[in-house]
Amino acid sequence: MTAAALPRRGDRTLPRPLESAIEFLRLLSKRPSGLIGFIGILFFLTLAFVAPLFVPNQESGDVTQLYETPSLQHLLGTDNAGRDVLNQIVQGGKEIMSVALITAFLTTLVATVLGSISALIGGRFDAALVAIADILLTVPPLIVLIVISALARPTNFLALALVLSLLGWAGLMRQVRAQVLTLKERDYVEAARSLDLGLIHIVFREILPNMRSYIVIHFVLAMTGAIYAQVALIILGLVPFSGKNWALMLYFAQTQGAFYFKDAFWFVFSPILAIILLQLSLVLFVNALEDIFNPRLRSS
Amino acid sequence: MAATTPADTKLVAQRFPTTPRASRARHILGYWRHPIAQALLKAFLTVFVTTTITFFLIRLMPGNPIDIKIDELTKDGAMSYDEARAQAASLFSIDLDKPVFEQYLSFVGNLAHGNIGYSFISQGTPVMAIVLAVLPWTLFSVGTGLLLSFSIGVFLGLFAAYNRNTKIDHILSLGGSIISAVPNYFIALLIVIVLGVELRWVPITQMRGATSPGMQPGFTLAFVGDVLFHAALPISVFFLATLGHWILGMKSATINALEEDYVNAARARGLSDGRIMTAYVGRNAVLPLVTQLAITAGLAIGGSILIEQYFVYQGVGLRLQAAVTQRDYPVMQGILLMVTLSVVIANLAADLLYSKLDPRIGRAGGATGT
Repeated sequence: MTAAALPRRGDRTLPRPLESAIEFLRLLSKRPSGLIGFIGILFFLTLAFVAPLFVPNQESGDVTQLYETPSLQHLLGTDNAGRDVLNQIVQGGKEIMSVALITAFLTTLVATVLGSISALIGGRFDAALVAIADILLTVPPLIVLIVISALARPTNFLALALVLSLLGWAGLMRQVRAQVLTLKERDYVEAARSLDLGLIHIVFREILPNMRSYIVIHFVLAMTGAIYAQVALIILGLVPFSGKNWALMLYFAQTQGAFYFKDAFWFVFSPILAIILLQLSLVLFVNALEDIFNPRLRSS
Repeated sequence: MAATTPADTKLVAQRFPTTPRASRARHILGYWRHPIAQALLKAFLTVFVTTTITFFLIRLMPGNPIDIKIDELTKDGAMSYDEARAQAASLFSIDLDKPVFEQYLSFVGNLAHGNIGYSFISQGTPVMAIVLAVLPWTLFSVGTGLLLSFSIGVFLGLFAAYNRNTKIDHILSLGGSIISAVPNYFIALLIVIVLGVELRWVPITQMRGATSPGMQPGFTLAFVGDVLFHAALPISVFFLATLGHWILGMKSATINALEEDYVNAARARGLSDGRIMTAYVGRNAVLPLVTQLAITAGLAIGGSILIEQYFVYQGVGLRLQAAVTQRDYPVMQGILLMVTLSVVIANLAADLLYSKLDPRIGRAGGATGT
């Protein structure tokens, strides 16, 4: 690209992204809970995608060590087949995180595109989309997901992410629409319209850049929603996954009756704790983001 | 009338239509624009669309329940294909040779008569009877938990906003964040494995079921106590799982309301702080939360499928789980329909409550009639 050599109006100097990243970290460091959330997210990303490269996947367990309580050899004990629980926790984050990231990406993309187009086109198209979104928001999401999964049987994590995205876009779409409705009255959008720059240009160059903070917040929120729903579906046995996965550990624990077995406590508790801590990191981070982006709520 | 401009005549012509038919049409249109009529229309559409989509999903998916039943009946060679087909069709009370759309029409016709079919597994049992046996328990536990968390959460949120940046505010806000981050079914599972199995503080096995075996229903103290004893755990879960949402929502709504001009005006008029808090700040801050009640109820009912399983509480969730594992599609569809209906009715109630709390809505509705 020659664009770097020819600076245009609105183009930024090169260190600007780095600068804003430093500014962001500075604002974040003033909010201890947000910083904890941010570190937590980094930790779980490392645990899910980097740690499995260094820790060997333990396939078979030791049948003489069933439901061992935590010890130096097995820091989180063993499961019903004598496999190390900590090893499963290390291996089992990748799928959960992948589904959460893909679903969040798809829902945010669909919601943002539909929401902005709906607001800009208006008329019947807008009314129809809002009606569909309203209907999706009224129906209990998990119940519909259960019915769809029972019928569609998503067998890989991409299919599961698609099923989850099908229902997740409505809330954000309505909010993006409301935002765009106010943004489109602004002068710069009017200017772009009078220059006849086209819908695509207006959406992607004029409106969306002004909603960045909003989109980031909802991306993280969509991740929490995706984690909530996929864990429930896997625990219910509706997603025929195999391999290592925190939610799958709970499904096996349930089929083995391990919930009511006192020695199996760490086997059941470890994946729950991992999922809760992941959700908590995301929520704390998103709270800090809202705080940073919304000066009205910012603590004085 | 002598000095009317063309614009004025247009206005007059709109207000007083000339023919009686146009007048009637306008009258009806006026009603349709009324918020309550619109809410009713939306509610009806929601139920209709959900039912339609699930109907076609179930019938158009590969391996539909009819084929599964036919496979099952012909597998051991006990029955010819045609016999099996006839039996499967009778179980579903639909004609298999009809196109799907005609099947759909007869389904809608049955639905209009309140007939939502028969269970596939418990043969001969109407789906309606199955749903009506379990729905009240879920609505009772979700409703009680939600109303408790709403009233307490709104109060705590208001309190936190008025004591902003104090220690109690930080504790409430952080606590609210933490508790809202925990998936509701994990609260239930943690109660089971920590309080029930590990510490043995809660007698989880005795608290199973919606009532104790042999308990006679009636308005007796023993029965009501028994119902509350068995519902205590689900209610606590729904209470805890939604509490954080109300605290955080009310806190930020209150902070926004406190900066409004009418609050300053009320202060300038010398109204007491208590009156400003309840009549001006609290009332306006709670409005947006009321509309979220129904959505939260939908989320809670969704989570109930796992929560009821952990507590073995005989509600909709537990029954749906059974229907899913048995592939009892009519029951799945029936439960989905009734749950959607409950949430839609809750939504309607929230809409009505909203227009009651916010006089602007009612007035606007009256104004659009003209």
